[in-house]
Amino acid sequence: MTTELTRLSAADLAGRIHARDTTAVEVTQAHLDRIAAVDRAVHAFLYVDADAALAAAAAVDNRLRCGDPPASPLAGVPLALKDVFATVDMPTTCGSRILQGWRPPYDATVTRRLREAGVVILGKTNMDEFAMGSSTENSAYGPTRNPWDLDRVPGGSGGGSAAAVAAFQVPLAIGTDTGGSIRQPSAVTGTVGVKPTYGGVSRYGLVAFSSSLDQGGPVARTVLDAALLHEVIGGYDALDSTSIDAPVPPVAQAARAGAAGDLAGVRVGVVSQFRGEGYQPGVLRAFDVAVSRLRELGAHVIEVSCRSFDHALPAYYLISPSECSSNLARFDGMRYGLRVGDDSSRSAEEVMSLTREAGFGPEVKRRIMLGTYALSAGYYDAYYGQAQRVRTLIIRDFAAAFERVDVLVSPTAPTTAFRLGERVGDPLAMYLSDLCTIPVNLAGNAALSVPAGLSDDDGLPVGLQVMAPALADDRAYRVAAAYEVARNAADGPLAHRVPDLTEDRLPPPSIAEVVGR
Amino acid sequence: MPTISRDEVAHLARLARLAVTEEELDLFASQLEMILTSVARVSEVAAVDIPPTSHAVGLTNVFRADAPHPGLTQQQALSGAYATEDGRFRVPRILDES
Amino acid sequence: MTAVLMDYDEVLERFEPVLGLEVHVELSTATKMFCGCANVFGAPPNTHVCPTCLGLPGSLPVLNRAAVESVMRIGLALNCSIAAWCQFARKNYFYPDMPKNFQISQYDEPIAVHGSVEVQLADGSTCTVDIERAHMEEDTGKSLHVGGSTGRIHGASHSLLDYNRAGVPLIEIVTKPIVGAGARAPALARAYVTALRDLLRALDVSDVRMDQGSLRCDANVSLMPRGSSTFGTRTETKNVNSLRSVERAVRHEMGRQAAVLASGGEVVQETRHFDEATGTTSPGRRKETSEDYRYFPEPDLVPIAPSAEWVQRLRATLPELPWQRRARVRVEWSLSDLELRDLVNAGALDLIAATVDAGAPAEQARSWWVSYLSQQANSRGVELADLPITPEQVARVIALVDAGGLTNNLARQVVDGILAGEGEPDEVVAARGLAVVSDDAELTAAVEQALAAHPDVAEKIRGGKVAAAGAIVGAVMKATSGQANAQRVRELVLARCAP
Repeated sequence: MTTELTRLSAADLAGRIHARDTTAVEVTQAHLDRIAAVDRAVHAFLYVDADAALAAAAAVDNRLRCGDPPASPLAGVPLALKDVFATVDMPTTCGSRILQGWRPPYDATVTRRLREAGVVILGKTNMDEFAMGSSTENSAYGPTRNPWDLDRVPGGSGGGSAAAVAAFQVPLAIGTDTGGSIRQPSAVTGTVGVKPTYGGVSRYGLVAFSSSLDQGGPVARTVLDAALLHEVIGGYDALDSTSIDAPVPPVAQAARAGAAGDLAGVRVGVVSQFRGEGYQPGVLRAFDVAVSRLRELGAHVIEVSCRSFDHALPAYYLISPSECSSNLARFDGMRYGLRVGDDSSRSAEEVMSLTREAGFGPEVKRRIMLGTYALSAGYYDAYYGQAQRVRTLIIRDFAAAFERVDVLVSPTAPTTAFRLGERVGDPLAMYLSDLCTIPVNLAGNAALSVPAGLSDDDGLPVGLQVMAPALADDRAYRVAAAYEVARNAADGPLAHRVPDLTEDRLPPPSIAEVVGR
Repeated sequence: MPTISRDEVAHLARLARLAVTEEELDLFASQLEMILTSVARVSEVAAVDIPPTSHAVGLTNVFRADAPHPGLTQQQALSGAYATEDGRFRVPRILDES
Repeated sequence: MTAVLMDYDEVLERFEPVLGLEVHVELSTATKMFCGCANVFGAPPNTHVCPTCLGLPGSLPVLNRAAVESVMRIGLALNCSIAAWCQFARKNYFYPDMPKNFQISQYDEPIAVHGSVEVQLADGSTCTVDIERAHMEEDTGKSLHVGGSTGRIHGASHSLLDYNRAGVPLIEIVTKPIVGAGARAPALARAYVTALRDLLRALDVSDVRMDQGSLRCDANVSLMPRGSSTFGTRTETKNVNSLRSVERAVRHEMGRQAAVLASGGEVVQETRHFDEATGTTSPGRRKETSEDYRYFPEPDLVPIAPSAEWVQRLRATLPELPWQRRARVRVEWSLSDLELRDLVNAGALDLIAATVDAGAPAEQARSWWVSYLSQQANSRGVELADLPITPEQVARVIALVDAGGLTNNLARQVVDGILAGEGEPDEVVAARGLAVVSDDAELTAAVEQALAAHPDVAEKIRGGKVAAAGAIVGAVMKATSGQANAQRVRELVLARCAP
């Protein structure tokens, strides 16, 4: 019975809870049991608060028992929150040693909206430190494993959220996407991940990596579930100046409409830049199959060239480290978090430097230095300034493309999940993981990754990226939902083919067990 | 082709308040140079007449009313502090005003 | 370490001073620049803070509209152009009083540029100071240094931080280089800051209290050899906390730099601190590395693009500005240049104008503020404006005198009562029993008494020596402690002694 509950979609779970066929407490317990059974292998969670989750679930049940309507279409459904959102009742570490055990005195807007919607937050998920990475190996608390192959990474930075959903530990999770941190993990774990339009989901309480690129978004196993979650967390927030004061695009409606499986009249552009050298042949073959499926659904597919996309990766690796070097300056041990070297003789300046040296991992330090360099007098124009101009070109290319097509598609990532340790020593190889996802972040528009089957060369999941104009997130949902239905009909839901993990060998106990349970 | 010296890395580390080790100086010097070399092509692609974009979404004039809003209590404010004294954050001696 | 100073006359013979003044003004908005925390002075530490002004991870700034309108009004009052588009930048440097280790400020795109202000010096001469820019930024927290001598930073064992002030809206107003002031440079610096203070007060945008730090001045000084047109190396003097200090600091830096240059040395570009007690400046800590603030556009705030209508609407809210007021009252009150200068120097002009606005005749309003109230301010050692009496109260006292309800002597007693905190003028009159006695029965009795006491004088009056009546009036006034209506007393005396 409980195993069965964890296999259901969020929409189905909510339906059963709201119809009182089951209870939120029962659903929550089933997922807590699943976490207990598999997270030793997966290590998706940094913190699980079973008591608080059960209490939140009970509150939902009480409300329903009194005949009150559910607070939202997802009331009572369990969720995992990336450990980059502030939570008053749980630590918020961002996968960093410098914030070990830090409990924020406030909730992020996303956190608050989830609570108000009656969504049951089970815990916080693992991530690359401060969301910098594409493999979740940069977490100070140990890597997360890919449920499809425990020797492989779950992508990053939101590998914890993607793996938790893929491993049926939760039906829903929240991630953040600065250069692909929701979409790329979703692609390599066979889940659905959405980066909403920049400004569509409040960043208040989201610990900033690169402020002009960061965007929170949903992770789920179905397009509809992602859309329902999108509607819970999305919408204007007066606490975020970059929040768009407009209604959330009708994404759930679009997902339902798309599920009818008709894409007649929809113009789809295949970005010609996203193939060739560096792309795994099996990924490209799966992508081509996906494109022909879109055609079969009635879409009009053309090839679209966006030449500036070739420069998106270098522009991203100047802009995001620059913003990060400034955003992460506040971690200095003076007001919160780790402090190292305070022996009452050292100066504040020395203690700050020792704290930051000890508290940050190598990738974070590398990016802070890179950003410090790119913003320095004398280099600003050549690096940061030029990167911002490339950004303008990318926006123009998107605008021109969306004159001709309704959505653009590409593989979400150039390869399937790589092996743990394979790219740790080679930052540039790691950075290539985000090749296809970065242009959208630079332009601020919407995109998602939807499972596109398994690569025929290694049997691992491949993602189809669907990109839409800003504030037209619903277009991406409609196309993805239509594609999802067609693919499931032909091949069955991909998520259900993930290996059973309960018998898997156990990696060493994780920090989560030390601090969280 | 950008080159970045060990001294330059040391200078960056000082600016960024990172007490890096000798080994890190060498490692970061080579890695930063490698990364900068690969990103240097941005300096060639966009002409100066292309305006830079700092905000992807073109909003302007976002304000809030000048109305007080409750913040944190002193206890909440200090809750994450390593050390406090008399309602204040206690920090090591500060070298000098800016 | 006492610096050698060059004699002031010699400095001017050999050098031309160049000034640049940076004034920081804390706005008196209800809330901070980027969050809804109350903007108040003197609260218990860390009680007006929130995630945003504490720089907690995840927090975001949202701009206070009133702060933007204040800086736009300041810019307009300073004859600046208001930028059609501007944005914030981050100024990156580490310092414990700055919670994010960057300051949100404006860098190459300030909101107000290229203005000017007319300044009147203590000697009555005027001078136009060109304004480079006025921009918005946020204030820092306050640090308390413990364990050293008298809370000084040097020798302290540790420091304590209070972030109530962090995020308070600051406006920085920067002049263009001021060249050609010569000997008047220190006085001009003072007059400029005074003019700004008066302007900001008129705009009602700041408390402008230098003693509390809501108005701060950094004085940049350099010297150019006479005949040269190349600016010398400048120093920036901070910690200048009063109008007088502005003048002293500039004068001291001129003398010090001249001595350095005359001895073949070079002026070091540095930040210096003014010491109120000694009137001298001393260097701050020399930085090991040159500052590199790595400015870049603040991604968490969107640009500001004031519409022409908005600017026009704000322009319409500008009150009469100090120099406009000076020009007006000079004509309306028929003042000489000298009289006007004295009123301005005494800080009395605005007070007199406000008293006139409250209904008092200009002549009497002026007389009260420049004589009796100035004496009171002097004896208390405070500025005229800081006396605990309002122009409205002064106007009421004048009205009571004009209506015959008070003599001048009684009026002064009423003012004393107001200054002593006894309440409004009418309350003081009632409580102290200071009303003029005009009651005929009461006065007649007093007159009878006085005539009886001075029969010789009474006889003289009856004999036609009307002038002698003054003695009886004086006696009555004395007997009634000055409260009698002298005019009426005189009438009664003459009536009694009518031949």
